[in-house]
Amino acid sequence: MTKGFLAKNPSILIFLAALAAFTLLVTLGSEALGLSFISTSMVKTLGKILCLCLVALAMDLVWGYAGILSLGHMAFFAVGGYMIGMWLMYARTEEIVIAALAQSPLPATPEEIRQGIATQIFGVVGASDFPPIWAFAHSLPLQLILALAVPGLLALVFGWLAFRSRVTGVYLSILTQAMTLALSLYLFQNDSGLRGNNGLSGLQNIPGIGEPSQAAVSLWLFWASALALACGYVLLAWLVSGKLGSVIRAIRDDEQRVRFLGYSVESYKLFLFTLTAILAALAGVLYYPQAGIINPAELAPIASIYLAVWVAIGGRGRLYGAVIGAALVTLLSSWFTGGRVPDIPLGFATLKWVDWWLVLLGFGFVAVTLFAPQGVGGLVDKLQGLRNPDRKGAPLGPDDGSLQEKEAVE
Amino acid sequence: MRHIIHAFLAVLLLALPQIAASPARAEGEAAAILTQNRDLVAKASRQTIGPVIDALAASGDPTAAQILTAWEARRLGQRKSDGAFFLLAPTADGYALTAPDGTAAGTAPKADITELKPNAGVRGLIATALVQFTLSDPDPAARAAALTSIARDPAAAHLEPLRASIDGETDPALKAQKQRLERLLALQYGASAAERIAAIESFGADLGLDIRGALNPLVATKRIAYAANPPAGANLARTLTPGTDIPRTEAYDLLVAANLAPARLTPEEQTAALAANLVNGSVGGVALADLNSQPARDRAYTALETAGTVPPAATDPEVEAALQAHTFAEVYAEPDAEVTAAAQAALKRIGLTVGAMQVADLSLDALSLASIYFLAAIGLAITFGVMRVINMAHGEFIMLGAYTGYVVQLFITNYTLSIIVALPLAFAVTFAAGVAMERLVIRHLYKRPLETLLATFGISIALQQIAKNIFGTQARPLTAPAWLDGAWVLNDVVSISYIRIAIFVLALLFLGFFLWLMKRTRLGLEVRAVTQNPAMAASMGINPDRINMLTFGIGSGIAGIAGVAIGLFAKVTSELGSDYIVQSFMTVVVGGVGNIWGTLAGALLIGTLQKGIEWFNPSNTLAAQTYMIIFIIIFIQFRPRGIIALKGRAAGD
Amino acid sequence: MSALLEVSGVSVTFDGFRAINNLSFSIGAAELRAIIGPNGAGKTTFMDIVTGKTRPDTGTVRFGERPISLLALSEAQIARAGVGRKFQRPTVFEDQSVADNLTMALKAARGPFKVLFWKETAADRARVAALAAEVGLADQLTRKSGELSHGQKQWLEIGMLLAQEPRLLLVDEPAAGMTLAEREHTTALLVEMAKTRAVVVVEHDMEFVRRLNCKVTVLHEGAVLAEGSLDHVTKNPQVIEVYLGR
Repeated sequence: MTKGFLAKNPSILIFLAALAAFTLLVTLGSEALGLSFISTSMVKTLGKILCLCLVALAMDLVWGYAGILSLGHMAFFAVGGYMIGMWLMYARTEEIVIAALAQSPLPATPEEIRQGIATQIFGVVGASDFPPIWAFAHSLPLQLILALAVPGLLALVFGWLAFRSRVTGVYLSILTQAMTLALSLYLFQNDSGLRGNNGLSGLQNIPGIGEPSQAAVSLWLFWASALALACGYVLLAWLVSGKLGSVIRAIRDDEQRVRFLGYSVESYKLFLFTLTAILAALAGVLYYPQAGIINPAELAPIASIYLAVWVAIGGRGRLYGAVIGAALVTLLSSWFTGGRVPDIPLGFATLKWVDWWLVLLGFGFVAVTLFAPQGVGGLVDKLQGLRNPDRKGAPLGPDDGSLQEKEAVE
Repeated sequence: MRHIIHAFLAVLLLALPQIAASPARAEGEAAAILTQNRDLVAKASRQTIGPVIDALAASGDPTAAQILTAWEARRLGQRKSDGAFFLLAPTADGYALTAPDGTAAGTAPKADITELKPNAGVRGLIATALVQFTLSDPDPAARAAALTSIARDPAAAHLEPLRASIDGETDPALKAQKQRLERLLALQYGASAAERIAAIESFGADLGLDIRGALNPLVATKRIAYAANPPAGANLARTLTPGTDIPRTEAYDLLVAANLAPARLTPEEQTAALAANLVNGSVGGVALADLNSQPARDRAYTALETAGTVPPAATDPEVEAALQAHTFAEVYAEPDAEVTAAAQAALKRIGLTVGAMQVADLSLDALSLASIYFLAAIGLAITFGVMRVINMAHGEFIMLGAYTGYVVQLFITNYTLSIIVALPLAFAVTFAAGVAMERLVIRHLYKRPLETLLATFGISIALQQIAKNIFGTQARPLTAPAWLDGAWVLNDVVSISYIRIAIFVLALLFLGFFLWLMKRTRLGLEVRAVTQNPAMAASMGINPDRINMLTFGIGSGIAGIAGVAIGLFAKVTSELGSDYIVQSFMTVVVGGVGNIWGTLAGALLIGTLQKGIEWFNPSNTLAAQTYMIIFIIIFIQFRPRGIIALKGRAAGD
Repeated sequence: MSALLEVSGVSVTFDGFRAINNLSFSIGAAELRAIIGPNGAGKTTFMDIVTGKTRPDTGTVRFGERPISLLALSEAQIARAGVGRKFQRPTVFEDQSVADNLTMALKAARGPFKVLFWKETAADRARVAALAAEVGLADQLTRKSGELSHGQKQWLEIGMLLAQEPRLLLVDEPAAGMTLAEREHTTALLVEMAKTRAVVVVEHDMEFVRRLNCKVTVLHEGAVLAEGSLDHVTKNPQVIEVYLGR
């Protein structure tokens, strides 16, 4: 090997340095142990954004690198969140129930505690027994494994079905969207065992660690998110820099040709789809304790579409692009919808950004697709003076290359 | 409050013998009953007034009807001075009084009279009692109302008056209705088993809800525990074996309810008993701290039992023995076995017919759902199926059409006219939107389908939010004209609303329109040419840009019309479109892209499937949609190119 | 000499059109063969069948000494079994460097996990360099292959095929769009390759076929019309009628 992995990918070091600096800044500025110029809710927002960056990284791998426009990764994200939410809610309710039962004359039996938890959690959907899917909710390690295994398995089964029948391009997108819709509709039912449209709540209270302040908890979760993002970034950068990266970009550009090279395209897609689903789930595991609540609306198809929007705006086919896109759009979004942008009086009416931000985002996204298909990342290329070779209209790279739309060829 | 009720009950008990003692005869009887039950009548409540009303109705006194009518209409009053009842007729400065026996009793100022204001429950009872008087009312409307009232709340007392009124009935429709009602009453309250069975048999496999409603109580059963074998006279449905036919706990509960066995100890009672006997930090020799498990608590309780401080509770072996020692049976509430057998047979007969009719009804439902999906998807069949352009804003075009309909109704209040105006207007609006979108966005992305998908998502997000900003988040009504209200009712099982029929017709019209457009017009020819080979088409003098624009416009325009149709039965919200977009794409994909018959087949498949799944689990349409999508994902495994697939090299890879 | 590839009695129908009609064909382990035929004769479909892209309705396709049926295998499995295919249009991965393209094609384990943990060895680098030299791209290794000229891309693709070390090579119109000098280079490459493996060249250009100097199979309407040396088949009256026209 002529050059080391890091030397070949200087962007990794730049990214890690930037992330470390940002983490340090937030730590110092947090209310927990610093100068308190960043509010706890802001720390939570920033931590959540780091998680969204991580899921955007996963999306970039599966879409920007492998050309699979999945509209289901936010579903995996949310399923991961549900799984960790089950433990958070169970353990937290257990603490409350034990405290409540301590008032009674006899020490509580395990059955009483379990019944008390079940009544607390499921009273809202008119049930008082634990559904079977809560069997492992009492154990953090088991539930953590499930949080990654369930979305991974879901992706494996769905991907196996979809890729096996060679569903590609927009068909695959629609199919993944349908899967997301099916999942969310399923969770909306009261008898899904996950409290229907009430979702799981109170997740911001981390059980088993006494009563630390939310300021401290938010900082810990922020650190965890930053660490996960850093690890995810390095892992994916390593993955795409090697021969596997070569193969998946080749799959994006010409799947049939890769088959004739002897690579089983389906297993690569399945591997990537599952791997990114697990990454998305990991992001969800870290995200929802910071969000505090999860409900089926979180995995509505539109969420996955936003994910694609972030990656597209940031620039597909480059990992830092996904991070930039997710951070930029979510920050702008919380800035606009947080009512911190002054409304524009138009004489006859007032332009309220809270209402019109989505319109701006929608049209802005159309503009990016039309005029800057490279996204923000394209600017980096311009700065570095990189130009793609003039292909005289032939397809190339993550933008044009991912249009190998076989079905459309009559 | 409880005090008052007790007082009422006391009065009622006192009054009962008197009611029972008054046989049906003689004039002035009604007035007497009223007077005897003065307090009950004055403060009538649904729970207590029944016997009085029945007595009035059964008195045979011709004035009873007038009294009851007046009472129901709040024209019965009580003179404050002596508590006497009078029928009231308002005059300028008070009431004209009529005594209950029908004689005029002068007038009284308002202040002297307390009006009786029976509540809704009491008025209902009075209405039922009045029925028999109105069965022969000269006004057919009153007679029809009486029949409805009897049918709603049948009673044995109605049978004879009803029978008596049949012969005198002049209106043939009412007569038929009376005869049917008479049979319905006869099967429940007939004097002999033979009469009742004949009434049951006379209905055959009639589908009416009324007959099923009448038969069901006849076969209703109750679970009863017997100390020995069931008594000989009981009309047994079947005997039950605990553990197989009936859960053991439920069987034991029956024993407890029948006082045949001691109650089992509930965990709450056990906890309470243990807590009550806590002495020096231990209960029955078990330390308090150790009571955190069920076996320990049981041990402690047993110790208390042995010491005699708590009553013994049934243990598992005792429960088992008790279950063994008793018999359990399901017993018909109806004592006559022949009647129950006949009712069972009739219900079975009806059940078969109902099943067949339900299949027919389900098919109609499925057909109408399929038409909705077809309508929502047909625009896509053009833009996606023919042009291969993914338009994720298609749902928002549907929404746009629905809102156009709503806005039109703001200006044109005649619903029929407004719909006639809204249909072409919605087409025009969405056609324009489609053309604009094609020119501004899609044209530049023809070679990049995934990007088209994303860009149209962007438009979809923006359009949805704009609609939300303009029209708000609450649902807006799009009202169908009155002639589309109601439903076409074939019988009590099969019915279909006119709106759904209209949508079905609209779907057929669009199918015809599409076929005509593609196969019979110059535009259709050019569209097909451009989709197959744009370069070749261009060299033949066809302007592909123009064709693409027009095709996209038409596809979008049809979505607009579909929006008006869907808005008629669904609530118009900014999310209307996104509710249909996935299903629409599924319809096109499952059917087979590029083939309108495929879209039709896809819509039929999805519609039938969804209704079929809903039928298995009617309470849960969300689950039905979930399972349907899963089915589609699996379906695509076997027919990746849809039901009607293009084959061969033309289909591409 | 036993045949490496044996296609017998293969038919395939698209929407009622018989693209391949009871076709039989065989080629030895180290042989150069040219397939010619008019448009629609079934040349491309034939290659599609051998490489697993199209499934025939009837017939058998056997490959190797201890013959295995290719019909039960997927495209990737067939490629791994030793069948390489070069498309008419050069299809290299233009976003990636010449070296990456060749590395990807190198004979090695193809499973995702094996590939993920694959480490480039000195031998691999030497092999890539040797291949690049063989196809005349030694000084282009780090360039993006999208920047190469049309002819260079054709050679890169041939280089990738060599890297796969196939036992049977299917080459679709390798000379299309090449300059005269490039053609000669290509001819030399093909003849050289056929010394150690079977090579099937589908070609329109009679002059190029003549240069290859090998046995020729003429396809017409999905079946073999004639087989033999170029001179032999061009004398065949049927061939003259359907293919050479006039």
